[in-house]
Amino acid sequence: MVRSLLVRLAVGASMLAMAGVAAQAKTLVYCSEGSPEGFDPALYTAGTTFDASGKPVYNRLVEFENGTTNIVPGLAESWEVSEDGTVYTFKLRKGVKFHTTDYFTPTREFNADDVVFTFRRQGDKEDPWHNYAGGQWEYFASMSMPELIKSIEKVDDHTVRFVLNRPEAPMIANLAMDFASILSAEYADKLKQEGKMELLNQQPIGTGPFKFVDYQKDAVIRYAANEDYFRGKQPIDTLIFAITPDASVRYEKLKAGECHIMPYPAPADVKSMQADPNLNVMEQEGLNIAYLGYNTQMKPFDDPRVRKALNMAINKQAIVDAVFEGAGAVAKNPIPPTMWGYNDAIQDDPYDPEAAKKLLEEAGVKDLSMKIWAMPVQRPYMPNARRTAEMIQADFDKIGVKAEIVSYEWAEYLKRSSEKDRDGAVILGWTGDNGDPDNFLAVLLGCDAVGSANRAQWCHEPFNDLIQKAKVESDPAERAKLYEQAQVIFKEQAPWATLAHSVVYMPMSKKVQGYKMDPLGNHRFDGVDISE
Amino acid sequence: MFWFLLRRIALLVPTFLGVTIIAFGFIRLLPGDPVLLMAGERSISPERYQQIMATYGFDRPLWEQYLTFLGNLMHGDLGTSIVTRKPVLQEFLTLFPATVELTVCAILFAIIVGVPAGIIAAVKRRSVFDHAAMTGALIGYSMPIFWWGLLLIIFFSGILRWTPVSGRISLMYYFPHVTGFMLIDSLLSGQKGAFASAVNHLILPTIVLGTIPLAVIARQTRSAMLEVLSDDYVRTARAKGLPPWRVIGVHALRNALIPVITTIGLQTGVLIAGAILTETIFSWPGIGKWMIDSIFRRDYPAVQGGLLLIAIIVMIVNLIVDLMYGLINPKIRHGG
Repeated sequence: MVRSLLVRLAVGASMLAMAGVAAQAKTLVYCSEGSPEGFDPALYTAGTTFDASGKPVYNRLVEFENGTTNIVPGLAESWEVSEDGTVYTFKLRKGVKFHTTDYFTPTREFNADDVVFTFRRQGDKEDPWHNYAGGQWEYFASMSMPELIKSIEKVDDHTVRFVLNRPEAPMIANLAMDFASILSAEYADKLKQEGKMELLNQQPIGTGPFKFVDYQKDAVIRYAANEDYFRGKQPIDTLIFAITPDASVRYEKLKAGECHIMPYPAPADVKSMQADPNLNVMEQEGLNIAYLGYNTQMKPFDDPRVRKALNMAINKQAIVDAVFEGAGAVAKNPIPPTMWGYNDAIQDDPYDPEAAKKLLEEAGVKDLSMKIWAMPVQRPYMPNARRTAEMIQADFDKIGVKAEIVSYEWAEYLKRSSEKDRDGAVILGWTGDNGDPDNFLAVLLGCDAVGSANRAQWCHEPFNDLIQKAKVESDPAERAKLYEQAQVIFKEQAPWATLAHSVVYMPMSKKVQGYKMDPLGNHRFDGVDISE
Repeated sequence: MFWFLLRRIALLVPTFLGVTIIAFGFIRLLPGDPVLLMAGERSISPERYQQIMATYGFDRPLWEQYLTFLGNLMHGDLGTSIVTRKPVLQEFLTLFPATVELTVCAILFAIIVGVPAGIIAAVKRRSVFDHAAMTGALIGYSMPIFWWGLLLIIFFSGILRWTPVSGRISLMYYFPHVTGFMLIDSLLSGQKGAFASAVNHLILPTIVLGTIPLAVIARQTRSAMLEVLSDDYVRTARAKGLPPWRVIGVHALRNALIPVITTIGLQTGVLIAGAILTETIFSWPGIGKWMIDSIFRRDYPAVQGGLLLIAIIVMIVNLIVDLMYGLINPKIRHGG
């Protein structure tokens, strides 16, 4: 005990010496909204965890260009896809170094072994790392990787080949996601030999722009710029996450200069932030959608005319104004306008209660009473589901439809809303994972998703055929066309009332320079500078 | 004394068992489960759901899960958090010092301010001070912690800039956490200004968390004091011509303190409940905030383990309070 105390004091003294040297160093403080669950991004699905692990510490074979959903080379310099779309060959970048920290010193540079290790532990049940840290590879599973990937082979030190069971056009976009962050096989081996496998999830080693330094649970995460980063050293020297769960407190910290940048402001604070001369409030339409999903397998919602009529009864602009307080845009398509493949030619159903009434009569529906499900929680795409439900209820009342609002605890809500015999229409939404339309249209509206993420329980052959075709089509222009057609069918069939796309705000000190908002909703600090 | 202690400890065993059942059952009574929450809007296929539930053993009958929990407990194993995948005990021990530091400061603040305020209010009964103190106590007692915390932050940190907004120490100080108590670690670090920074960060959370106990203690001290002051022996002491400070400070206070100490002991539970909110507002990395996060995520092992540990601590504190009666007033014989 005494000895460990002495060791700690000695470490403290050396840290102090380092702090002295780094006194002039540039430090960026980010008031993050929550604690990371761990530092091995493949184990988790939460954006907060990716912000703290995948983004600063790691790289992927391919990556999202900062501020866009364009795919750029990462640890792979280039790649080729076979004619039939089932073989992906990646040429790896040479001369990339893993982080040197006080807990690990790499003896070799990044190579194909690291790539194979990264994916094998997630997919191969026999891999010694498959069951470490509870062994749930949730994102890998939910992106259908186990069914998709036949094998991953090392061709030579700098070439890796992925063989798929079927062509999958979104594959490259999937590999840019955080679960595909490349870990060091050498570091893993060392931990395994020392019997400390759990540290892979606590003291990460990557190739990314920042090196992990320290995490004080629920309080502070510290990173140092990686001097050997293959894209060059970062303008800042130290990156600190000050974990601050309450939005009002984050704002106070920002004002007091205790942090430079914060996510998720309280909607009510945005106006005063914009008026503050010391702050800069960036905004961007989020890659998301909020919708009201009918159960298209239940009467009378199995009739598209009924769904269409209800859609025409909803005053969406009023919802955007009142519930989103202007921080949103009326949605006409199931994918957001910033996404490729968005069909802007589509005309939204007009807000027209009279026409709605007529259409209902035409469909032979009288004295309809239904349920509207309101989520109990706030989500990035929906600030207040209850209020939204109340507004829809009032709108429906105008056309003679009686609606009852129901709600359940969140997990229960997620479960019950996906059941096929669910009663009524559900308010829910989605935030994109990888910027691919497939990630909205197939995940939320495909036949495979009925009974789970497809809350409209909508399986419509012509629509499904189009998105299946788009999934295996390798030409991006062709894919975009297919998705545009799919949106036309969606609009005719109206399985959802598309409500809104929300706007995301990012307030920061005017000292912060070069920050780019990530359309996927993550927070990245590579390329960010701070002026004194 | 010995038998009293033994009996009290023997009583702890059934209490402990009861607590294990409550801790185990509580989180499972809440609707929803961790796997569904993790999957979110994406949903999860029933097969995969079954598979994950089976990995954690959540698919087995409740009594079996409970017995496993109890069995592991006997080996000192509180399970592994399904979120962070770290042992629950390790998580608890990392965060516990922060909560202890905060709650001890809060209770000290409450006692140091509350007991004298109660005494003065009793002695100067119906005076302006009495009315002001008791009105203040009533307001303090009714104050919603979250609102109170934000109000103090906006005023003292936002407008006056006297105190930092949140956290335990300024981010410019970086040293290893030897004990986990920031006041001690900052001293050990030898870094200039670190200790002052830690103290500064403690002020607002201490006031916020200490407000309710302060109100309770002040009111309790006042009423206990009033009762004692009208007792015969106090009148006798006064009649003997003892100086007033001696009558109040020695004769009366000693007896009046007994119910006050009970109150203080009972406030431990209140403090931990208050710590949940206080820690969330002040981004204080303690067990209160951890418990809330774990409940929201339905992290069964973390919640049941955490609740159990908290309950044990409350039981120990109450035991200590019981023992302290004897020290204050020998009239209370523990053998009786």
